[in-house]
Amino acid sequence: MSWLSLHHRLERNTGLLIFGILLVSAIGGLVQVLPIVAEGTRIPADMAPYTALQLEGRDIYIRESCSTCHTQQIRPLLAEVKRYGPYSHAEEFVYDRPFLWGSKRTGPDLHRVGGRYSDAWHRLHLLDPRSVVPASIMPAYPWFATHPADRNGSIQARMRALAMLGHPYTDADIAAAPAALAGKTELDAVIAYLQCLGLNRTGKASP
Amino acid sequence: MKHYEDRVVAAFMYCSVLWALLGMAAGVYVAAELVWPTIDGGWPALTFGRLRTAHTTLVLFGFGVSALIATAFYSVQRTSHVRLFAPGLAWAIFYAWQATIVLGAVSILAGWNAGKEYAELEWPFDLAIAAAWVSFAVVFFGTIAKRKIEAIYISNWFYGALIIVVAMLHIVNSLELPVTLGKSYSLFAGAQDAVVQWWYGHNAVGFLLTGGFLGMLYYFLPKQAEQPIWSYRLSIVAFWAFVYTYIWAGPHHLHYTAIPEWLQSLGMVMSLILLAPSWATMVNGIMTVSGAAKKLKTDPALKFIVLALAFYGLATFEGPMLAIKSVNVFSHFTEWTIGHVHSGALGWNALITFGTYYFMVPRMAGAPLHSVRLANVHFWLALAGTMLYVLAMWGAGVSQGVLWLSLDDLGEVRFSFNDVMAAMKPYYLLRFFAGLLFLAGAVVMAWNLARTFAGRRSIVVAPPMAAQAGAAA
Repeated sequence: MSWLSLHHRLERNTGLLIFGILLVSAIGGLVQVLPIVAEGTRIPADMAPYTALQLEGRDIYIRESCSTCHTQQIRPLLAEVKRYGPYSHAEEFVYDRPFLWGSKRTGPDLHRVGGRYSDAWHRLHLLDPRSVVPASIMPAYPWFATHPADRNGSIQARMRALAMLGHPYTDADIAAAPAALAGKTELDAVIAYLQCLGLNRTGKASP
Repeated sequence: MKHYEDRVVAAFMYCSVLWALLGMAAGVYVAAELVWPTIDGGWPALTFGRLRTAHTTLVLFGFGVSALIATAFYSVQRTSHVRLFAPGLAWAIFYAWQATIVLGAVSILAGWNAGKEYAELEWPFDLAIAAAWVSFAVVFFGTIAKRKIEAIYISNWFYGALIIVVAMLHIVNSLELPVTLGKSYSLFAGAQDAVVQWWYGHNAVGFLLTGGFLGMLYYFLPKQAEQPIWSYRLSIVAFWAFVYTYIWAGPHHLHYTAIPEWLQSLGMVMSLILLAPSWATMVNGIMTVSGAAKKLKTDPALKFIVLALAFYGLATFEGPMLAIKSVNVFSHFTEWTIGHVHSGALGWNALITFGTYYFMVPRMAGAPLHSVRLANVHFWLALAGTMLYVLAMWGAGVSQGVLWLSLDDLGEVRFSFNDVMAAMKPYYLLRFFAGLLFLAGAVVMAWNLARTFAGRRSIVVAPPMAAQAGAAA
């Protein structure tokens, strides 16, 4: 029983036990996660990053934890493509930090909601979901209409941070951001984000 | 004569009960919001998205982790026959952790959110968690290093794996670029971020909710059953197979998504293999308790622990089944996932924690439990709550899975999303009542434990005078 005597040593030496656990538990991640991360993010040349207003909308979407109930991931299944549109491709998410695929559809998938409804419909729906979908169980977000966009004035800092991470924002883009958000509300920002979802694709992206 | 440092154990235990009550109450409230969507009253902090995030944070990191640290500190001293290493640091961990939970929950309700599931706390909290966790490792392994018992007992392998692997997962998944105090961006984007997140998310379940609580099982089950662990060799095999295999299973959360196909298939295969070590531990537990069948009829602590073991078996069977791609195609994104999580979280994690508290509190108070009758009431409330919860979510989840994918003769979708959503109402209502039952049981327990402690101080327990080699537990 040589493995038992090996374990005999392992369970009597704190350092060895720690090292053993670290080694054995790390293997899965080294095989599965490291190659994916090491590949790096390749940004397709013809894909524009989120505009300042869309980015603000996306960060509000994160703040309100919308991804708790809405996925942004259409699986390559006939019923799903029929219901939501072309299935999702990895390259469509290169500007998503963090990713917002979600794990639960209490409400419908939103990956290709862009252009599906009018801005006016979204306005009504976000402020009072049951005014347009009587059976809806979504919360109402009345404060979106009263809060100005970028309340803490961090849009330029956010764009600079993303530029550091490789998003192709130019100095001119960042300089123009406050003006692009001036006079806008959080409602405008969220709608701008929803309306761009699923439309930013390269030519070969989807069937 | 130095005695065990049990006051910090009691402090963690009190707080974990408090977080359990608050976290479960938040859960019941969000469950109600799915039936009556306007009860958030237009308050941003009470909207489903924010409150549900606060719910998971409170029960996972408030209740779960506080319970794990309490029981780890309790059992590591007794399996090592020494006082806790660096008790001052243990108290610092206590205050740091509780402050992180209080401020963290408030920050989420206020809208700070890193956007990653089960890791929503923003970067200042990520740093605080990392510091507290490393300190936890120092106290725990420091205690083991100065033990008077020759062998490191099995429960400590599991607590050790919890500490080491969660540290690794937390640090990698929290790599982010801070922008303001309450906002950061992940260093990983899109599909890569998804792979990193579910490597973390699945193994937070694996090493926190499974590994850590198996540490609890390996100490408190044999103690309360007054039986030695059935098979020492099986526990060695099960432990290392568990540590090796669990970490590979994450990609089953991303079946049919835009991540590489090989990763999905590998994740599925490893998830199926995972059934073996999971059930090896369950068999070991059941065989251990089989010699104490008489005690099982009358002892509330043992009843909770053994029922938890049964739910552990159920959840660790259901998990690999849900990881099969052809099952997952129906279950993914549905309430079935929520049911699966709660059969583990309520049936396994919460019940075994309740069992260990019914074990620890009379010993620490130096008095019998205030009311065995109330503990039995709690038992049946908890069992009924968990069963109804899981049944409601199975019904809802299978319905969603089948109806969403259903096509008519022309190949068009048969049911609109809104019709399926509206059909969920009875299930959501049943789940709300199930949650209420479970919460009511926890309230009964809190009162029972408080009455047991009432008017008493934690009694002082000293390590045995002469260490007996090999007599670990």
